Amino acid sequence: MSKRKSKETSSVNGECISQVQRILRERFCHQCPNGKLFGVQLQYKHLLELLKRTTIHGESNSALIIGPRGSGKTMLLNHVLKELMEAKQVRENLMQVHLNGLLQTNDKIALKEITRQLQMENVVGDKVFGSFAENLAFLLEALKKGDRDSSCPVLFILDEFDLFVHHKNQTLLYNLFDISQSAQTPVTVIGLTCRQDILELLEKRVKSRFSHRQIYLMNSFDFKQYLRIFKEQLYLPAEFLYKPFTQKWNKNVQSLSEDRTVQDVLQNHFHCSKDLRSLHMLLMLALSSITVSHPFMTGSDLLEASKSCRMDSKANIVHGLSVLEICLIIAMKHLNDVYEGEPFNFQMVYNGEMKVSTLKSINITLLLLK
Amino acid sequence: MNTRQQCKRIYSWVGRAKSSDQKMKTFQYRGILIKSERSLTEMCILLGEFVLVEGANADQPFVAKLLKLYEDGSQEKHAVVQWFSRITELPLNKRKLLRREVSPQEIFLDKAPGYGTDINVETIIKNVKVIPLAPEEVVPVRSKGKQIFFVKESWDGKCFKPLSPGLLSELKEAEKKKRVGSPTPLTDCQVFPSDFICSLKAETDRVTRSTMKTKNIQMEIESRHSASKSSLSKERHSQRVANGINTPGARKKLQLNSPTKSRNKLTGCNVLELLGDDCDALEAREPSATKRKVTFTEILGSPPKVSRTNGEPDSPQTMRGDWSKVAETIRISPYRRGQDSSLKAKNLDGKDDDTCLAEEQELKTRRPVVIPRSHRKCVQKTTALIAEQLHFLNISEQDQEDDYLPSTDCSDSSSSEEEESMVPCTPKRKTRSSTTLSTPKSSRKPSDTTPANTPRKSPEPRTPKTPRNATPRIPIRNQATEKPANVLEEARLRLHVSTIPGSLPCREEEFQDIYNFVESKLIDGTGGCMYISGVPGTGKTATVHEVIRCLQQAAENDELPSFQFIEINGMKLTDPHQAYVQILQLLTGQKVTATHAAELLAKLFSTPGPKRKTTVLIVDELDLLWTRKQDVMYNLFDWPTQRQAKLIILAIANTMDLPERIMMNRVASRLGLTRMSFQPYTYKQLQQIISSRLNHIKAFEEDAIQLVSRKVAALSGDARRCLDICRRSTEICEFSSQKSASGLVSMAHVMKAIDEMFSSPYINSIRNASLHEQMFLKAIIAEFRRSGLEEATVQQIYHQHVALCRIEGLQIPTVSEIMAICSRLGACRFLLVESNNKYLHVRVRLNISQDDVMYALKQE
Repeated sequence: MSKRKSKETSSVNGECISQVQRILRERFCHQCPNGKLFGVQLQYKHLLELLKRTTIHGESNSALIIGPRGSGKTMLLNHVLKELMEAKQVRENLMQVHLNGLLQTNDKIALKEITRQLQMENVVGDKVFGSFAENLAFLLEALKKGDRDSSCPVLFILDEFDLFVHHKNQTLLYNLFDISQSAQTPVTVIGLTCRQDILELLEKRVKSRFSHRQIYLMNSFDFKQYLRIFKEQLYLPAEFLYKPFTQKWNKNVQSLSEDRTVQDVLQNHFHCSKDLRSLHMLLMLALSSITVSHPFMTGSDLLEASKSCRMDSKANIVHGLSVLEICLIIAMKHLNDVYEGEPFNFQMVYNGEMKVSTLKSINITLLLLK
Repeated sequence: MNTRQQCKRIYSWVGRAKSSDQKMKTFQYRGILIKSERSLTEMCILLGEFVLVEGANADQPFVAKLLKLYEDGSQEKHAVVQWFSRITELPLNKRKLLRREVSPQEIFLDKAPGYGTDINVETIIKNVKVIPLAPEEVVPVRSKGKQIFFVKESWDGKCFKPLSPGLLSELKEAEKKKRVGSPTPLTDCQVFPSDFICSLKAETDRVTRSTMKTKNIQMEIESRHSASKSSLSKERHSQRVANGINTPGARKKLQLNSPTKSRNKLTGCNVLELLGDDCDALEAREPSATKRKVTFTEILGSPPKVSRTNGEPDSPQTMRGDWSKVAETIRISPYRRGQDSSLKAKNLDGKDDDTCLAEEQELKTRRPVVIPRSHRKCVQKTTALIAEQLHFLNISEQDQEDDYLPSTDCSDSSSSEEEESMVPCTPKRKTRSSTTLSTPKSSRKPSDTTPANTPRKSPEPRTPKTPRNATPRIPIRNQATEKPANVLEEARLRLHVSTIPGSLPCREEEFQDIYNFVESKLIDGTGGCMYISGVPGTGKTATVHEVIRCLQQAAENDELPSFQFIEINGMKLTDPHQAYVQILQLLTGQKVTATHAAELLAKLFSTPGPKRKTTVLIVDELDLLWTRKQDVMYNLFDWPTQRQAKLIILAIANTMDLPERIMMNRVASRLGLTRMSFQPYTYKQLQQIISSRLNHIKAFEEDAIQLVSRKVAALSGDARRCLDICRRSTEICEFSSQKSASGLVSMAHVMKAIDEMFSSPYINSIRNASLHEQMFLKAIIAEFRRSGLEEATVQQIYHQHVALCRIEGLQIPTVSEIMAICSRLGACRFLLVESNNKYLHVRVRLNISQDDVMYALKQE
């Protein structure tokens, strides 16, 4: 009787665990727009208002979103766009053009991509891609034709904005910003970059046409908030199928966050890097240690995960070396100390090793055998 | 293309000098002979005839009447002309004065002052038919009468007036005289005297014939065309039967034309030549056999068109399937000819043989030359005229081949039939005349519905639409934009840089200077350059545009001669040489390659162009037109110095000393010394700009405006920045509106906006960096201090970092972590990190000042 019960529970548990892992992995790996934003409410509001005005009032704008890698620039933008698109008025009125500096490595490719995304290539057959100059003239003419009241606003999103700066003469940027500052088709240019010195890279004419709206994202939270984020990331959603399990899981997370060792682990992690991606990495490793027999995360799991996270890659390589190789390295280390970083040749290393191995060969081998 | 055209024509006088003026050393002549080198045709134009004159746009030559021909002392051939304007040449705003639809064939006697009437003879292309109409007459609608123009009203630059009766009768008289055309004793016309007589006789004969006869003829025609086009010809036949009754009346007029026929033929040749030249220039795109033929047919068909029109401009119109012209006409003609000759003209056969043979030979020789050229033209030219005849293309290739080849065969075979191969214009004209009123729509219908044609219809040749004519557009939004709901939104709208203000405050002086400069040049009809410089956002482009707007206004009010305004922007070009392409396209609508465009422009500006307006050219962002040889700049500034160019250039750039810094001496000297520099705005000016834009909307506190202006004036004097800050402050104000009592934008809001825009992001970012990142920066500074250098390797910094961690009692990060931190800081450009894989030995520099780092880190 009791056996069957335990079996049942275990099967339920197994189902639960796989569900939990699926949900949490999705949360950690994908930048799903359902995920929560932390500490960027102001920026969110600013960007939302900006884009709303573009779509509803047809106002042209330009803005840069600046923040270190992993600070959630793209996520912020995706969230804003998702909310915007919920409004019917916006959905029908906005055209989006997504460019990425890593893909559109010069203006010619970028123009092609813009034409494609604006779905204008069919207007003219493939001839529009005849030459770069024609293409530019074509696009400019198209954008010039429109005006604030009648044309569909176009949203240009330039990911890796700093790479567009290196294009010849910054032609694309000049023209985009120029349109945003003149009475043509309403456009909003949003650039995403991690470079803090981005404004200095803009040519003076381009800079003058840029509206100087900068939205900074910089992980400006302290450890308390970090702990809260940690909890938020691990909590199971209320609509999870197995209510009792959810309660237990969430309670466990709560107790984890109060645990001393866990806090130490997180503190160290927080000191090293504040971005949420590294936290996700840590939690992912911890999550993978969860099994049916070990259904709840413990402090030791996190500690293990943190250790493997912080592992020094070069030191790891040394672990797997043979005795002879290690002897060579030791000899090199000696020489390096002796010559203070000056280069040396193999002969010297060999000689050094011979000395070492004849003197303490037994000791070393014994040590290594241990 | 102009250059080529010119080199292919030889101009010589007709006869001897009529009179000479010893004092002026001029010799006047009564006519000119134009010989085309390529097609070996000659054409003679006499005084009082109408001619086409080369213009900037090769598709639309000017129309003029030849008044005088003379040669001056320098052996240059000149002509004095009376201009006629097409509707497209008239200013847009004046066209509505007519209050009616104007057919493209209608022209206006141009009495507007300002155009030189003295032109170089070599710009004359050929003669053309112009028919004067009384005011009550309607301009006949023609689907393809390309070579005929109608004149009904005169244009004196301000309004349209019907032709004065005297003038009308005079023109009509001239016209009649021409039509009756007592064979002129000119060398080339004399070649065909018998031809004239023959045709005349045939004509008169035909006039006497009854309608029954015409019907007869048509029946026979039908039988000849039975096989492939039975349905077509039936339809045509039924129409023609209907016409047959009407035609005799008109025929009397028609026969008057016959003497002009020989000339018409020549014009036909000329059309060919012209078109051929066109296509040379505008590079062929898609050779297609079908099209080639069609052009040819169209060209051959044109002479009858010419003659037809003056015959019966008012003849009742009937629908007629506009089917393949040439094939038809050629086929019909020999047959009819046979008919005619059998009736009457046989006795003339012997006499006419040689001439007609010669003509035939001419035709034949022309063909191989023309065809390859004309097909190119056909493809590239999507002008309305060709498009109108588009439905001819539907007739498939073989069909035309069939129709076409036999006709040449038969013309080769019997010289007796050949004799009248030139005469056919009369019969042709007759059949054609029934179509005169058919609107393009109605004429297209039959050909589309004809069963014979539809299956073979091949739309392919038309599908590759030339992209040049496509008008790209951003889709139209579905919902209307919302109107600003409150004062702040209204203010924001007005403060947007894109809003064009009613006036430009604070640039009155500059405005006046530029205005005076351009105005004086316009009035003088000369050219010149002006160089305008100033830092970004000081209103250079806005002021220049304002000047142009005012000048255009003045030109509309007839206070100034009208001018053409074009603009290029160096930043909007992909290559400096594209400037030529853009200028040419804006001037004439042609699209050619850069090198060709340069040639064309040079020719355009260096030859005394008839009827050319002054051109005002704005070159924005001039510095980007710099090339190593500086040829673009050189040309740009060289053109205005030419006497005939009538080109005014306003060059705009950022740097004041651009001419000295980057231009060669010869370029800088051509640019001249007319310069103007726009100083950055002072705070008072900025204040004025903001308040003039706001225009009494109470959205800002006075202090707030002043603060913005002072701040911006101190930084850059860029008006754009100023407006952007104001706009941002209204947003800030709106979000925090519950806090501020007045609802106006206050100092605090402005301060916040300025902070957002101008504060350095570094200090804030450093403060928000993680502990080890901050530690790493500290370690860098410590290492710099230790070594006394501004550069260190990661290894050295790592040692410092470890030491610092020990002091602080922190966990010591591993080397991997340190490398990650280093690359993160490098990506944000706090550090400049060497880009190689030396791992620990990578060199690192600070990208911000040490003081900034210290300041940021100490605050904690």
